[in-house]
Amino acid sequence: MKVSYFPGCTLNTTGKGFDIAVRDSAATIGLELVELPEWNCCGATYPLIIDNMLELAAPAHILVAARDEGSTVTTACTTCYNVLKRTNRFIREHEEERDRINAFIEADYDGEVEVMDILHLLRDRVGFDAVADKVQKPLTDLKVASYYGCMVLRPPDEVAYDDPDHPQSLDDLMAALGATPVDFAHKNECCGAYLAVKDPRITREMVYTILRSAQAAGAEAVATNCPLCQFNLDKQQAEMRKIYAGYQPIPVFYFSQLMGLALDLDASDYGWDRHYIDALPLLKKRGYWNGGSGV
Amino acid sequence: MRVRLSAESVHSELVHRIEEYSGQDLMACYQCGKCAAGCPVAFAMDMLPSQVIRFAQLGLVDRLLDSKTIWLCAACQACYTRCPKGVDLSRIMEALREIVMYEKGSHIDYDDIPPEELMEWPQQAFIGGFRKYTV
Repeated sequence: MKVSYFPGCTLNTTGKGFDIAVRDSAATIGLELVELPEWNCCGATYPLIIDNMLELAAPAHILVAARDEGSTVTTACTTCYNVLKRTNRFIREHEEERDRINAFIEADYDGEVEVMDILHLLRDRVGFDAVADKVQKPLTDLKVASYYGCMVLRPPDEVAYDDPDHPQSLDDLMAALGATPVDFAHKNECCGAYLAVKDPRITREMVYTILRSAQAAGAEAVATNCPLCQFNLDKQQAEMRKIYAGYQPIPVFYFSQLMGLALDLDASDYGWDRHYIDALPLLKKRGYWNGGSGV
Repeated sequence: MRVRLSAESVHSELVHRIEEYSGQDLMACYQCGKCAAGCPVAFAMDMLPSQVIRFAQLGLVDRLLDSKTIWLCAACQACYTRCPKGVDLSRIMEALREIVMYEKGSHIDYDDIPPEELMEWPQQAFIGGFRKYTV
């Protein structure tokens, strides 16, 4: 199966490991992700002011590029997904504004592309059973908390493909990889997102609440589908050790890193050196690491 | 706290602008407080999310424009998801930020961010942050 793929800025730079692991894993299970030949930044936030049409121009431009390549476009960045999905819906439902956007970007687009988050695509078009069939090195006994953040869940009427209060898709994928999913109360609570640009101390408090909740439920690792959540959850722990007495750090993975490992792919370029809390000791100790070249 | 209410302030131009920018009906809120109870940033706020909409209903907009709260909302939309009246408070927060930025300019300055952070952090954090905090 071939599907158009939009990497976005973060997965093309600081989140490159996430991107490589997604592409490698997808190829292994028969899903060919074809990068759009031309793309730009989606804008990273969906405008909440009703007349802020200019912020819709960038994501609309991506949707036009996707339309020229096929009927569905997927992305692994949850923020890009949220922005593209909502922009697409807005264009579909608002004829007058659609004309203004089209005039501005010199296009003729009416929202015909289907925007899917990669996890949604894996669940409904590929199937987690098909993923499980390709697992070579199951993550047996790895107690992993799946953390969804906000972007694939809210607003539910516009973006959710899962229960916004009790999402399950990432837990189900982890189970397909042989891991033991750990349910916890804060799996859908905001990590602070870009608030860290303004005040990292607030983000740290939010991250502490989330990770303590995961650890109290028995998790020894966290898997997330959001590149900004991964960064916040991982980076803030370096400081948390100094501030919260007795705090024990926990590795935070992109879900695709764990998928690549379970599929027994060469995971050496999955961005391990960018982790603030070293993830490799846990992987090596428990035998999930396949000794990929050069790490 | 002692406040003076008047028909003029309740129907002021600023109240009208909040409703116009956000597309939300302020009077739809009946102050159940679910937004404040579930807000993950409420611990750091100087006014609770439910108070923001109450002050807007009463036309006490100056207090809102001076609050820290409007700059702490990350638009996670947990409040909107739980609101029994379907009020999207994150849109009201954004309307208030826009009003302040139209009058006073940017809330954070790009030049204040250490260059090493620009290299280290995901692009989406900065682009999102600048879109919320700068004009």
